[in-house]
Amino acid sequence: MASLGDLERSVMELLWDSAEPLTANDLRDELAAPGETAKDLAVTTVLTVLARLEKKGLVVRERSTRPHRYNASSTREDHTVNLLNEALGTAQDREAVLARFIGGISADEAATLRAILDAPKTA
Amino acid sequence: MLLTSYFLAALAIALAWPTPLALSKASWPARSPVAAVVLWQGIALAGGLSMVGAMLVWGLDPLGDDLLTALHQGWLLLLGDPTVTSPGVVHLFALSAAFLFGFHLVLTLIRATWRTSRQRKKHRELLMLLSNPSSLSPNTLVLDHDTPVAYCVPGLTRSVTVLSRGLLDQLSEEEQHAVLAHEHSHLEQRHDLLILAFTAWHEALPWLPTSRLALDAVRQLIEMLADDQALDEVERPVLLRAIVTVASAIAPGQGPDQPAARSATADLEAVPTGELSSSRLQRLLANPNPLSTAQRSLVYLSTTLLLVIPTVLLVTPRLLG
Repeated sequence: MASLGDLERSVMELLWDSAEPLTANDLRDELAAPGETAKDLAVTTVLTVLARLEKKGLVVRERSTRPHRYNASSTREDHTVNLLNEALGTAQDREAVLARFIGGISADEAATLRAILDAPKTA
Repeated sequence: MLLTSYFLAALAIALAWPTPLALSKASWPARSPVAAVVLWQGIALAGGLSMVGAMLVWGLDPLGDDLLTALHQGWLLLLGDPTVTSPGVVHLFALSAAFLFGFHLVLTLIRATWRTSRQRKKHRELLMLLSNPSSLSPNTLVLDHDTPVAYCVPGLTRSVTVLSRGLLDQLSEEEQHAVLAHEHSHLEQRHDLLILAFTAWHEALPWLPTSRLALDAVRQLIEMLADDQALDEVERPVLLRAIVTVASAIAPGQGPDQPAARSATADLEAVPTGELSSSRLQRLLANPNPLSTAQRSLVYLSTTLLLVIPTVLLVTPRLLG
């Protein structure tokens, strides 16, 4: 049995790849790998995972239909960009949270440095 | 005890303003970043200690000849013991200020720690959904994005290094190794704790401009420390190339979702003189000699004295008459 963390990831991947919102039943059917039977995964487990993801703001629930249908709150690409923006310190003042490789070096300085490195060695 | 409190106040002022200002302008820290980081910590700790100490000692002066007696008398006063005479409103005010300020420093540190760990947890949760493990090294994740980015997410139990696909595409194997060695030393030497402490120091004293100077200086110094570690494993030009590639892909103020407005060559034309203001890059290029053993010992001795003097004065304020 996969851990909740693995399941969260699988559920998110299904939702990201799906063109339309999915129900917990749809997800359960998709998650049951070829080797497994659908019985190995209870719908309640999927619902638990969905509730956790909803709480984290990753999943939006459509309450207008029954059963409820679930959708990813934003695309995989948007989330990746958000993470990188946090890492680059452009999102908020999060400098204490992460240590990045090029801390304190501007693009201008990088260009100057490139020029110095590329300059043919004289003398 | 009054003389002691005046001395501590003078020390607090010296450590709050002229000392950090001078240190932030000095050039030797780039030559021996370890010694400089130790000294910055000494200045901040001794500064906080003498600020609280000056108010405490002055406030307790009417209550006794040494700190322990005075504290005991103060405690009896709090309990309403009629044999202890009140030190008067001004001294009580100084005492309250000392305790409030001390609590303020500690609480700010606790709050910063809590906030940072929560943000890291959230970041790590998203990473678990979005990244894939890298084959390069354990605890290394790859994010699927074109911008070359490398960073680490420190944690008490589990720290991870994150590389973007763009970084792996644009850097040679050796350069990737340089980046990983740099990030690993951040994690191994727990630079995040240093940054956390100085971030909290700055948040606790936002009106003190030198607290910002200290944070900026320590931030530069840890990059130098990590560079030095990376240089144990790769050649200098390799590390420099890696820095150039990563830094020039990200123009200031631009996120990875906005394409760089100017190419690296356009930047090149915009910079005529080739002056590098970053001391991190200057030292990587010039490779200055580290401070001599004697000079470094002097720095460590000063740091020790900075911490010992206010502590001794606090415990035995009678030393200064």
